Amino acid sequence: MNTPSHIAAPPSFNRQDTLNAYHRTGRRRALIVTVLGLLCVIAFALDISTGPSSLPLADVWAGLFAPDQISSPQMTIIRDVRLPYALMAILVGAALSLAGAEMQTILNNPLASPFTLGVSSAASFGAAVAIVLGVSLPFIPGDWMIPINAFIAAFASVLMLEGLARNRASGVEGVVLFGIALVFTFNALVALIQFVASQEALSQLVFWSMGSLGRATWGNLGVLALVVAAVLPFSMQAANAMTALRLGEDRARSFGIDVKRLRFFSLLRISALAATAVAFVGTIGFIGLVGPHIARLMLGEDHRFLLPASMLTGALIMSLASVGSKILVPGVLLPVGIVTSMIGVPVFLILILRKPERV
Amino acid sequence: MTQPHCDLSGASLSITGLSTGYGGKAIVSGLDLAPIEPGAVVSLLGPNAAGKTTLLRSLAGLQPATGSVRLGDQELLSLSLAGHARIVTYMPQSLPQRVALTVLEGVIGAIRASPVGDGNLSDGDIVDRALEVIERVGIGHLAMSGLNHLSGGQRQLASLAQALVREPRVLLLDEPISALDLHYQLRVMKLVRQLAKERGMIVLMVLHDLAIAARWSDRVVLLAGGQVVADGTPEQAITAQVLADVYRVQARVEPGPSGLNIAIEDVL
Repeated sequence: MNTPSHIAAPPSFNRQDTLNAYHRTGRRRALIVTVLGLLCVIAFALDISTGPSSLPLADVWAGLFAPDQISSPQMTIIRDVRLPYALMAILVGAALSLAGAEMQTILNNPLASPFTLGVSSAASFGAAVAIVLGVSLPFIPGDWMIPINAFIAAFASVLMLEGLARNRASGVEGVVLFGIALVFTFNALVALIQFVASQEALSQLVFWSMGSLGRATWGNLGVLALVVAAVLPFSMQAANAMTALRLGEDRARSFGIDVKRLRFFSLLRISALAATAVAFVGTIGFIGLVGPHIARLMLGEDHRFLLPASMLTGALIMSLASVGSKILVPGVLLPVGIVTSMIGVPVFLILILRKPERV
Repeated sequence: MTQPHCDLSGASLSITGLSTGYGGKAIVSGLDLAPIEPGAVVSLLGPNAAGKTTLLRSLAGLQPATGSVRLGDQELLSLSLAGHARIVTYMPQSLPQRVALTVLEGVIGAIRASPVGDGNLSDGDIVDRALEVIERVGIGHLAMSGLNHLSGGQRQLASLAQALVREPRVLLLDEPISALDLHYQLRVMKLVRQLAKERGMIVLMVLHDLAIAARWSDRVVLLAGGQVVADGTPEQAITAQVLADVYRVQARVEPGPSGLNIAIEDVL
C-alpha cells in the first residue's frame, strides 16, 4: 500500500552536508567581515579626497607619503582637516556601534542604543551647561570644557542605568524604561537652558547638538582611539558569554555565566565608548542603533563575529555620511549627524524589507 | 569553596531542609527529599504555583536558598554559578524567540559559555559533540536553521539539546515536552532515560502529563504549596487519593500493561 502523500517522511539528515554547510557559513562570515573592512578603507580614501577645497586623492596621497611635493596650505588642509575628520568618522562610528551592539545584547532589547537610552541626551545637557552657563569642573582649559562636561553627564547617565541594572528587582525592562525617562528628562533640561540662553549661545548649542566632525583634533582623536583600543579586547573576551546570554538569562546563568557581572562590565565599556565619542562630535543618533542591526542581519548573533562586524558597519556608515556631508550640498559642510540618518535609514530599510533574513 | 570535587560519578543527590522564595515570600520551605540515586529519572508533578520551577531554579543555583543540597559529599548551595555549571544544567521552560543563531550555533554556544566536563575541547570536537546531540534529539535536519524560524516544539527540542550537550551530572528540565507532538514527547522521554542510565546522570524534570510521568520515571514526587505530598515509585505516589488532594480532581488509577491507567473523571 502506498503511503498517502500528506504523511511526511522522517526528515533526512546528512552529517557531512551539515558540517559542510556550517563551515561554509563560517567562511562566508569571515568574508563579510573582510569586505566590510575593505569598504571602510575605500570610504576612508573617498572621505580624505573630498572637501570644499578641491584637493583630489592623488594630492592627498602625495601629502601623506611625499609631503615635499605639495604646497604648505594644502599640507595644512590634509593634516588638520581631511585626515582628522576622516579618522574621527571611522572611530566614532566604530565606538558607537560597538556600544550599541553590547547594549542591545545585555539589555535584551533591539531598541537599545546610546542615543535611545539617554546617553546622547545627557551629553547634550553637559554641553549646554558649558556653552550657555559656562559651568564646568575647575582647572579645565576652555576648549576642553564642552567635551569634558558632555563626558561627565554621559558617563553619569550610564552609571545610573548601571545602578538600576544591578538592582535585581527592577529587571531589564526597568532599565530600558529608565533610559527612555532619561531622554525626556535631559531633553527638558536642555530646553530649559536653551530658554534662558543668549542668541549666540543658543546657535552654538544647536550646532553642537547636531553632531559634527568639525571638532576633530589630533588630541581628541588620540583619546578616542585609546578608549576603543582599551575596550575592544574586553568586549571580545565577553563575546561567548554574550552569545550565551541571547539564549536566555536563566539558561546563561546555568551555563556558569555571572550575568550581573557581565552586564556591569559591559555597561562600563558602553559608557566609556559612547561618552567619549559623543563628547567629541556631539549627538549622532543613528549609528549605535542601526550599525549592530545591519551586522546582525548579515551574519547573525555569534558575538565573535557580531561585535567586530558592528564596529566595521558603524565605521562604514559614518565614513560614508562624512563624505555625504561634504558633497550633498556643494560648497557646504553639513553637520554629519543629519547625514547619518539620511544615509543610514535607506540602508536599514532595504535590509529589513528584503526577503526573510538569513542567519 | 567554589571548585567541586573531581569525581562525583556514583554520587546520589540529597536535599534536606531546603527553603527558598522571592522577595521575602517563602515558596518552598524546609523541603526534604530522600536521596536520588545516580541514573534515576525523577518527575516533579504538582498544580500551578506548587513551587516546582522555584525548586529546580534553587537546585541550579539561580536563586538563593538555605538548607542543604548535596551530591555525594559536595554541597551544591555553596558553589558559585561557575561551580554549579560544571555539575548541574538547568533547562528553562522557554527559549527566547528572536535569536539570530542557528540551532547548531545555539548548542555550540552552550558548550562555549563555560568549561564543560574535562575542559579543553578543540573547535572540531565542539562542533562534533553539538551535532551528535542535535541528531540524537531528532532535529539534525534543522541544525542549520535559525532559532527564530522554528516552531514552538522545534525550539523546545533545540533548547533541550543545549542542556544535554553539557553532559551534567544533574540535569534539571522544566517542562521539556510541553510543546511537543506525540512522536517527540516519546522520543525525548526515551532519550532522557537512556542518557540517564548510560551516564549515571540524575534527571529531575517538571512534567504535567501524569501518564507520561508514570510510564517513564523511576520516581515521582508530587509537590503542593512548596511541600512534598507524595514521593515514591509511580504506583506508590500517584493514587486517586493523592490526585484528589493535590489537583482537586476525581480520578481512577489502575495498573495497566504499560504503567498506570489514569482516567480523570471530574473536578472536585
